[in-house]
Amino acid sequence: MERASKAQAAAAQEEPRLTAPTATAPGRLASSRLLTPGGVATLGIALGAVALWLVLPPVTSRTIAVPLVVGAAGAAAGGWAIRRGGRRIGWGAVASGLIGMLGGVFVTRASAAHLSDVITWSTLVSLTLVYMTPLLFAALGGMFSERSGVVNIGLEGMMLMGAFFGVWGADRTNSWVLGVVVGVLSGALLALVHAYFSIHLRSDQIVSGTAINFLALGITGYLYNDIYGEKGTPGDLPAMPNVNLDFLAAVPPRTLGHFLQDSLSGISLMTLLALALVVLSWIVLFKTAIGLRIRACGEHPRAADTVGINVYAIRYAAVTLSGMLAALGGVFLSIGFSHSFTENMTAGRGFIALAAMIFGNWRPFGALWATLLFGFSSALSPQLENVDAWANYSTLFAALPYLLTLIAVAGVIGRSIPPAADGRPYRKQ
Amino acid sequence: MSERLPPTEGRPEPELPLGLAARLELWQRAGGVVTPLLTTIFAFFMGGLVVLVISGKNPLNTYREIFTGSGINWFGSYCSYPCTSSGNLQQTLIQFTALVLTGLAVAFAFRCGLFNIGGQGQYIVGTVVAVQIGVSFSSLPTAVHVLLAAAAATLAGALWAGIAGILKATVGAHEVISTIMLNWIALWVASYLIGFGGPMQDPAAGPVPVTKEIASSAKLPVVWGSQLLQGLHVGLFVALAALVVYWIVLGRTTLGYEVRAVGFNAEAARYGGISVSRSYFLAMAISGAFAGLAGSLDILGWQYRLDLTSVQTYSQIAFIGIAVALLGRNTAVGVFFAALLFGALKTGTSTRNLDPTVFKPELANNLTQLIQGLVVLFVGADVLILSLWNVRRKLRLPQRKRSPA
Repeated sequence: MERASKAQAAAAQEEPRLTAPTATAPGRLASSRLLTPGGVATLGIALGAVALWLVLPPVTSRTIAVPLVVGAAGAAAGGWAIRRGGRRIGWGAVASGLIGMLGGVFVTRASAAHLSDVITWSTLVSLTLVYMTPLLFAALGGMFSERSGVVNIGLEGMMLMGAFFGVWGADRTNSWVLGVVVGVLSGALLALVHAYFSIHLRSDQIVSGTAINFLALGITGYLYNDIYGEKGTPGDLPAMPNVNLDFLAAVPPRTLGHFLQDSLSGISLMTLLALALVVLSWIVLFKTAIGLRIRACGEHPRAADTVGINVYAIRYAAVTLSGMLAALGGVFLSIGFSHSFTENMTAGRGFIALAAMIFGNWRPFGALWATLLFGFSSALSPQLENVDAWANYSTLFAALPYLLTLIAVAGVIGRSIPPAADGRPYRKQ
Repeated sequence: MSERLPPTEGRPEPELPLGLAARLELWQRAGGVVTPLLTTIFAFFMGGLVVLVISGKNPLNTYREIFTGSGINWFGSYCSYPCTSSGNLQQTLIQFTALVLTGLAVAFAFRCGLFNIGGQGQYIVGTVVAVQIGVSFSSLPTAVHVLLAAAAATLAGALWAGIAGILKATVGAHEVISTIMLNWIALWVASYLIGFGGPMQDPAAGPVPVTKEIASSAKLPVVWGSQLLQGLHVGLFVALAALVVYWIVLGRTTLGYEVRAVGFNAEAARYGGISVSRSYFLAMAISGAFAGLAGSLDILGWQYRLDLTSVQTYSQIAFIGIAVALLGRNTAVGVFFAALLFGALKTGTSTRNLDPTVFKPELANNLTQLIQGLVVLFVGADVLILSLWNVRRKLRLPQRKRSPA
C-alpha cells in the first residue's frame, strides 16, 4: 500500500517534468479530471438538488422557470455523461434533474403558506434521523447476511422480535440496557433458526425467511396478548437516552448554529451508534481479513472452502449478526421511539430495510444513503398532513421507497447486483 | 432425476440447489402425502405446547373449540334452525375460496421455479379494480357486470405480477425482491385511493377510508345462507374450477410443459428450444391472474366495498397462500386440502367464533400464525425430510440385500 502510494506520488512529481514544455499541462489535467463522465454527472445530480432547493423555503423562488432551467441543466449533464460511458451515475443525474424539474413545477404551483407549514428543515432533519435509525440497523444486518451468501427475507420478523423482547426485557428488568440485551438476544435466536434451516438443512432461504416472518408475528403477537393483553405495554418503560448536543449552537454563523441545535440536539444514542456502525461495517467488510472471508463465502463458497475458510461458521456468524442488528433496529423502534409495543408494529420496515440494502448495492455507505432517503420520505409524509389539502398524499408517499427500489433492481438507473452466491445453499465436500 | 435418492457412499450427491421446481419434486418424492401430514401434526403439536406452557390452557380443549368454530362439525351433525355451525362452515368456505386461489397463485409460479411472494399486491390490485368496476356501470345486467369486474380484476392481477415477470425475463431482476416491492406499492397506492380525499373514497363516509358499495348488479349470487349474513357465494365454484384449470394447464398443455421444464432446469429448457423468458413472464402473469381473481371474488362475493382493514390486513390472506402452496406440494389436490385446513383455522380462530372464556381469540389468531410459520419452516426443510427418509431406507436396506442372496 504505502509503497504503491509513494510510487504514485513519484509519478505525479515526474509528470510535470516530462511535459514541462507545455505550461498548460497541469491545467489541462485538472480540467480533464472535472470533465470525466463521473464529475459531470455528479454536477448534474447536484443541479437537480439545487433546482429543488431554490423553490423550497427559505429561498422560495416563485418563478417556474428557475427550477426548470436548473433541472434541465442537470439532466443534460447526465445525458452528456451517459454518452461518454458513465451510464450508472449519468442516469442518476438525469433522474435527479427530472425530479428537480417536476418537483419545482409542483412546488411553485403550491401556495407559499402551505410550503412553510410543511418544510421546516430542522424538524425534517431530526425526523429523518429518527426514521433512518431502525432501517439502518436492519439494512446493515441484512447486508452482512447476504454478503455471506444467505438471503435474509426474515429481517422484518427479527426486527419484530427485537421490538417485543426489548419492551419485555426493559419492563422486567427496569433498565433499557438490559432491554436492548434481551431484544438483541431474541433476534439472534430467531436468526439462528433461519441459519440452521438455510445452512445446515439447506432449505430454500426465501421459504425459510418467510417462515421466520410468520413465526415472529405469531410469537410476538401471542406473547403480547398473553402478557399485556388489552391494557397494552406499561407507560413507564425505561427510555433510551438522548445525546445532548447543545454545544452545536456555538457553531460560527448564528443561523447555522441554531439550525444544528434544533435538528440534532435531541439525537438518540442509538442513531449515533447506527452511524458509527456504518463506518465500522465498512472497515470490517472491506478492510479486514474477516470481511474478505465473509465476501468470499458470498461470492464463491467453494473457493473459500478450498483455501480453508469455514463457510458454515462464517455464514452462521453473519446470519446471527444480521439478526442481532435487525433486532437492535426493532428495539430502537419500541423502547427508543414509540415507548410501547403493538402487534405487528414494524409494519413493513424490515422490508424497507431490505429494499435499502438492495438500493445501496449491498454496501454500508450505500445503505446509509438509501436509508437517509427513505427516512426523509418517511419524515416528509407526516409533515404533509399539516396541510389538509395534501394530507392524503402522505399515504402515497409511503410507496416511494419501494418504487425507487423496484426501479433500482430493474436496472434503469444502474443495476443493483447481489453477491454471486447469494441465496445458494452450500454443500461441504 | 435418478431413481435412487442420495446419499449412497461413493456416489456424489446431486448438487443442491437444483431448480426450485426440481427441489419441490424432490420433496414430493420424500414421502408423498405422509410428509405434509406429519409436518402439520408436528406444527399443531408445537402450537399445543405453546398453549400449554405459556397460557396454561388445555390445548385439546382449545383445538376442539377452534374446530367447532370452523364449522367443519356441520358435516354429520343434526342442526336445528338457528344453526351456528352452518354459518361457520359458510365462513370457512369463503376463506377456502380465497385461499385456493392465492395458493394457486404461489403454486403456479413455483412450478416455473419462481417464488411469487407478491400475492398480496396482486390480490389488492384485484380488489381495487373489482370495486371500481362494481361501483360504476350499475345499469349492466348482473351476469355481464360480474363477469366484467372479475375479468378486469384478473387481468389487473396478471399485469401487476407481469411487471415482475418482465423484469425477471429481461434484466434478470430477482422476482422475490420485485414482488415484495410491488406488494407495498399496491398497498400504499390502494390506501391512498380509498383514503380521505382519495379518488375512490365514498364522499358520504366522511373521513372513513372506505369506497362506495358496489352496485347490486355486481354482487355474486349467494348459494348457501343469506346475503345479509355473509352467506356462501358462487365464488366457491370458481375456485374449484380454478383448481381444475390449474391441473389441466400444467399437466395437459404445451404451456404447462414448458413452464415445468423451465422450473426444473432453465438452461436445459433453453437448450431444448423453450423460450425461458416467455415462460417466466407467462408463469408470473398466470399466477397474478389467480391472485387478482381471488381479490375480485372477495369484493363481489361478500365484502362489497373496500376499506382500509381489507387493504392492509385482510390482504395478508395472500401470504397464507404461500403456506397453502407449500403444504399442498403445488398440486391441485394438495392445494385443495391445504386451503381447507387454513380456511378452517382462520375461521375457527376469528374473534366471532371463539368463546373467550375457553381461549382468547387474539391468542388463537396468533396461534394460527405460529402454526403457519412452523408448517412453512418444516415443509421447506427438504434435506431434513430426506435424511429422515434415508434413515428409514437404510434400516430397510439390509433386509432387501439379504433376500436375493
